[in-house]
Order: sequence, then C-alpha cells, then structure tokens
Amino acid sequence: MKTRPAAVAAQYALLALFLVFIAAPIVWLVSIAFKPPQELIALETGWIPAMPTLENFTVALQEQPLLRSAINSALVAGSSSILTVLLATPAAYLISRYRGGVSRILIGWVLLSQMFPFIIILVPLFLIAIRIGFYDSLVGLALVYTVWSLPFAMWILRNFVDGIPRELEEQAMTDGAGRFASLRHIVAPLLVPGLVTAAMFSFIGAWNEFFFALVLIKSEELSPLSLLIVRFIGQDSVRLGPLAAASILATIPSLLFFAAIQKRLTSSLISGAVKG
Amino acid sequence: MSVRRSETLLPARRSQRFAVGRRTVLGVDADVLWLLVPALIPITILSVAPLLYGVYLGFTDARAGGNVAPVFNGLENYVRVVNDPYFWESFGVGFVWAISVTAIQFGLSLVLALLLNQRLPGRVIFRLIAILPWAIPPVVVGFIWRLVYQPNSGLLNTVLRDLGIQDERISWLTTPAALPAVVIAAVWAAMPITTVVILAALQSVPKELHEAAAIDRAGALAAFRVVTWPTILPTAVAISTLDFINNFNAFSLVYVLTGGAPSGQLRLPMLLAYEEAFRYGNYGYAAAIGNVMVLAVAALLIVYLRLALSRRGRLS
Repeated sequence: MKTRPAAVAAQYALLALFLVFIAAPIVWLVSIAFKPPQELIALETGWIPAMPTLENFTVALQEQPLLRSAINSALVAGSSSILTVLLATPAAYLISRYRGGVSRILIGWVLLSQMFPFIIILVPLFLIAIRIGFYDSLVGLALVYTVWSLPFAMWILRNFVDGIPRELEEQAMTDGAGRFASLRHIVAPLLVPGLVTAAMFSFIGAWNEFFFALVLIKSEELSPLSLLIVRFIGQDSVRLGPLAAASILATIPSLLFFAAIQKRLTSSLISGAVKG
Repeated sequence: MSVRRSETLLPARRSQRFAVGRRTVLGVDADVLWLLVPALIPITILSVAPLLYGVYLGFTDARAGGNVAPVFNGLENYVRVVNDPYFWESFGVGFVWAISVTAIQFGLSLVLALLLNQRLPGRVIFRLIAILPWAIPPVVVGFIWRLVYQPNSGLLNTVLRDLGIQDERISWLTTPAALPAVVIAAVWAAMPITTVVILAALQSVPKELHEAAAIDRAGALAAFRVVTWPTILPTAVAISTLDFINNFNAFSLVYVLTGGAPSGQLRLPMLLAYEEAFRYGNYGYAAAIGNVMVLAVAALLIVYLRLALSRRGRLS
C-alpha cells in the first residue's frame, strides 16, 4: 500500500505517544532502583541517576526474607507447573481424541474458567483450604495454582495433540499397544514443545500471582515473593530503592519468559485462547 | 454432526478398530476414566466445590471464629446488602471502573494494534515495547504506579513540574482524581493482551478486501469501517467481554496501590468482599455480596452480548 509521507509521520507521532506512555513508568522504576539513598530523598529527582549504584540490589539481596520468599515462589511455581502439565496432558489428549459428553464438559469448563467469578470463591476456598490443611501451606498454594493454570494448559496442549496424526497411534494400537502406551510412547515425545510452553505459562502465572497467596498464606516465612513485596510496600515507604531493586529482580523470570515466546505471541496459539 | 455418540464415548473416527478389547467401568470407557480423573479431582475440590459452597454460604450466617456451623438464614444477607450504603458505593465504583477500564483499554488497544499492523520500519521493536507491561507481575505494576502517583518525587508530579504546568506535590491517590488515576494504571497493565489479540485478528483480514477498497478509492476510514471492522468484530466482542470480566475481578492492582486500605472511591467489589470476609469476619455476608455482584455482571453481559450480536446480524 502506498502511504503519503505526512500520514507516515502522523503514525509515527501517535506510536511515539503510546510508547512513551508504556515505557515511562518502567524507566522511572529502573531509574529509582539505581539511585543512591541521598538522591532518593531529594525532592526534585531527575530521570537519570546522577550517581548510579548497585547498592539497592545488594541491600535487597542481603535481606534474608527476600531470598527465602524467592525460593518459596520458585518451589511453588516449579512444582505447580510440573503438576499442571502432568494433569493437563491426559485431559488434553481426551479432548482432542474423543468426542462426546465428557470432552464437551471439559471444553466448557476451559471456556468458563476464563470468566470465573473469583468474588464467589474468595471465602469458600479459604474455608475449604483450612479444612483440608491447605491453608498456610506451600503445597496447598501450589495445588490451587495448578487448578487455575489447568484450563489454559489443557487448551494449549489440545492444539498440540490435534497436530499429531492419528495414524501414528492407530498403527501402534493395531500392533497391540494400549491407550496409555500410545500416549506415553507416541504422543508424549511429539508433545514436548507443547509441554514446555504449557509449563512455562503455568510457572509464570504462579510466580506472578498475588491474590490467592494473600488469602491462603499467613506466615511470613512461607510468603512467596509477590506477597513479601506487598508487605514491604506497606511497611515503610522510605526505602524505595531496595524495593525497586527487588521489584526488578522479581520481574526477571517473566521477562525471560516473554523474551522466549514473544515471536509466538501474535500467532494462532494465542489468538484463540488468551488468558486475560 | 456425524460423530457417533454413546455412553461409552467412542473415538470420533475408526471407532471399530479402537473398540477392540475395550473395557468399560459403569458403562464408561475405561480409557476415558483414567484420562479424566487426574485432572478432575483437583478441579472438583478446589474449583467446583468452592463455587457451589460459595453460593450456599451467601445464604448462611457464617462468621469467623468459633466452630459454630453456619446456619441457613434465607434472604437475610440480601436484605442487609440492599440496605448497605457501602455495598451500593462499591457496586457503583465497580461498574464505573470495569466499564471505563474496558472501554479505554479497547479503544487504545485498537489504535495501537492498527499502528503496529502498519508496515512501518522498526515495528518489531515497537511490538516488543508494547507488550512489556504484560511481562510485569501485578504486584510490581502496583508498585510502579505508586511511584508514578507519589506526592514527593513521583513521576507525574515531576513531569507536570518540568512542563511548567503545576508545581504542587499532589498525592494523586487521595484526591477525587484517584479513580481515574487507578483506571489509567489498569489500562496500562491490561493493554498488551488486548492489543495482541486485536493485532492477531487484524492479520487475518484478507488483503484482497483492502485492495478492493483501494481500487474503489475508499479513504482509510471508510476502508476500516467497511473492511477491517466487520472482520475483527467477533474478536472485538469476545475480548471486550473477557476484559470486562477480568476488570470486574480486579484486585491486586488497587490493593497494592492503596496499601490494602482503599478509600470508598476505590473500594472495588472484590476489595469490599475481601474486607467483609477477612477484616470483619462476615463470611456469609461477603459470600452474599459475591452472589449479587456476579448476578449483576451476568445480567449486564447478557444485555451487552445481545446488543453486540444483533448489530453483527445487521452488518452481515
């Protein structure tokens, strides 16, 4: 398409406005993370630290609670993403290979979970968690995250299973292999890219999550990173620098994740099934 | 559909071959059972059961403390809801919030997606920046926007001062501008997903249609109205519906921005229910608030989808 230079200039100008709006708050956070304390308490601060320092990062890392909570987050997110993939794979296989009532109910649940009324389960989830020993427990939190990342993982994996020809399985089955053997030895190896994608989505979802952690975790030593950062924010607003540094550190896993998948973000994988 | 349906859930194709030696448990294919059960158990315990229990709790006098079993009290909670000024305040804030965040988010995302869909040099980098907020955890988003709205050395006050607009140290989150301020933060955080979804839909608009519009000497606006918009309309309806529900479910951003103690003008329904349940221990009442809110959202969505779908019918 031919476009006039004036129109191109206008488009760039508009785009620039958007990018400033999106980037400015992030740049501000990064700038604060690299400012020394005396610059942070100055009333008139600029965009670029006059004397950039790593002090905030070392202070943040020396805080024992921060490291401990990062380990908590990694444990919860890691175990929940592995469990999600283990549970979602058979279910995704079921949706892809069988048509019928059960599959339709599962698909319906996947779609409904996109619009789940969290306001209704706020109290009952808390009460049920207390009753079955999931309250104030990392195991419980990991299981809750697993349930909430299952629908999206099932959706991703189902698309991947759809892409594996049935003929491969049929051949194995006429040779006497059962469903399980077929899933384990034929489908699973071909599914590895899908498993990795689903696991990464689950990991990041759990790593970033805050609401369930707030409701379900009480002890400070069990706090995941998100919960700890909010407690810091509430406690003292003076130490902005270490807090900004901790925020940046907490963002690194999902930054890596987005860097890894950004090429696929506009592909069909996402367009049909974005979890908002 | 030519799919064979039966209680034994035969595979869709070549069911004969799969059917050889099939075992059934209570009339259900054994394969279906073991494929399903691992996912079903946690889903039932942590998703379905809480949902049903939550609806029920809304009709009880459940309270924190003591081991007294909740007693069914009919519509008592709902009489209290209707007469509760805090509820109505939060109800209003919730809808103003969800509608304005969704609308602004959709409008801005549409414009941004259209721009990113142009063949401008450098668009790969622009796309990367555009999805950046998506990669930031909600808690950090809340902290970032606290830094923006801070009275002392906050980003907004600094920019306003540098531009010579005003020099006061405004504490944005305690002024009447608090709700718009938080809406902007929410739009900022949620825009990337909507933008990416619209962008994907834009890429499915057939090029031939645009060429035809160009031959007809249609202007950019006319081409958008006649060619682009009808193609992306189903996506637009779907994503705005999901966005609305997500915005109605919003919790973390406002919780973090307000340090967990929102003033009335920022007390979203989720925050009201959270306070009722965990600050005052009124479990039954909090659940009732949840039930009413969900019914209201469902009613609004039905109206919206009806309008959207009937308009779509007229267009085609």
